[in-house]
Amino acid sequence: MRWYWIDRFIEFESGRRAKAIKCVSLAEDYLHDHFSRYPLLPNSLVIEGMAQTGGLLVCEHNQFTEKVILAKIPKVEFFCEAVPGDTLTYTTTIEYLKDEGAAIAATSHKGEVLQARAEIVFAHLNAPWLGTFFSPDAFLSMMRLLGAYRVGRAADGSPLLPPARLLRPGDLSPGAPKTAARQKVQP
Amino acid sequence: MPTKEEIYEKIKVALVEALGVDDDEIQPEATLVGDLGAESIDFLDIVFRLEKAFDIKIPRGELFPEDVLTDPKYVQDGRVTELGLAELRKRMPFASLDEFAKNPVVQDFGNLLTVADMCRFVEGKVEVTP
Repeated sequence: MRWYWIDRFIEFESGRRAKAIKCVSLAEDYLHDHFSRYPLLPNSLVIEGMAQTGGLLVCEHNQFTEKVILAKIPKVEFFCEAVPGDTLTYTTTIEYLKDEGAAIAATSHKGEVLQARAEIVFAHLNAPWLGTFFSPDAFLSMMRLLGAYRVGRAADGSPLLPPARLLRPGDLSPGAPKTAARQKVQP
Repeated sequence: MPTKEEIYEKIKVALVEALGVDDDEIQPEATLVGDLGAESIDFLDIVFRLEKAFDIKIPRGELFPEDVLTDPKYVQDGRVTELGLAELRKRMPFASLDEFAKNPVVQDFGNLLTVADMCRFVEGKVEVTP
């Protein structure tokens, strides 16, 4: 199992808000233990999904220069369960961004129904050893996999692009017109 | 322009939301760390809530000058020197450092700030209605 608790970004406005979806499927192993006859997406993983949606929003705004850690959840409320077959839409909005960290407001919806809402605080850590776990390349890969650059918009409304410093020789320019070759590297 | 009472009430709301404590636990003499259980990350959250509530900017280190406490010029053998205490007094006119100065162990510094100090800090940054 991989630690991805969102499936795809559907909106991404740099420095402001991001929206991602999570499809809950009975194919996911953990649902058979939580609980064996009553499968539920654990609330902790709903929080993780909202944190991943907002955390990548914060990371991208910082151009992946900060190590963004979920540090605190001042408030979280759940209003109904998420079960197999549900598609959750996580909407996160940046409340503040400072050198030391950031905070987001997040909601989870099942269709029109509010499923959960939370306030989440992230800290920026500079410990060198964290670089092993928080490489900018890893975040960039995740952003690509989740389609953030397909739907994303920069603060000025132009298409969202990865930081130039993270592009490797041979990478096709993400700003280039879509071609069959480009779609292969950025599904 | 807020009155001192309005500032106190807004700070109370910020602390209740940031620290998950009850209203009646917020007393002027309560210390943020010792009495209200604030941890380091909470200060970031509190600073944000104060900025939003009072429409002010609080630069890093203004409320809690941690740079002084890590500067060998001001700290020796885990204790803040006289020079360091003078610097803290200059940087933190809103806080009472007298008690801390009696035994200025760096690790005790975190438990210095009280709710009343927070009020004085904000009063120094906004125009207050007398």
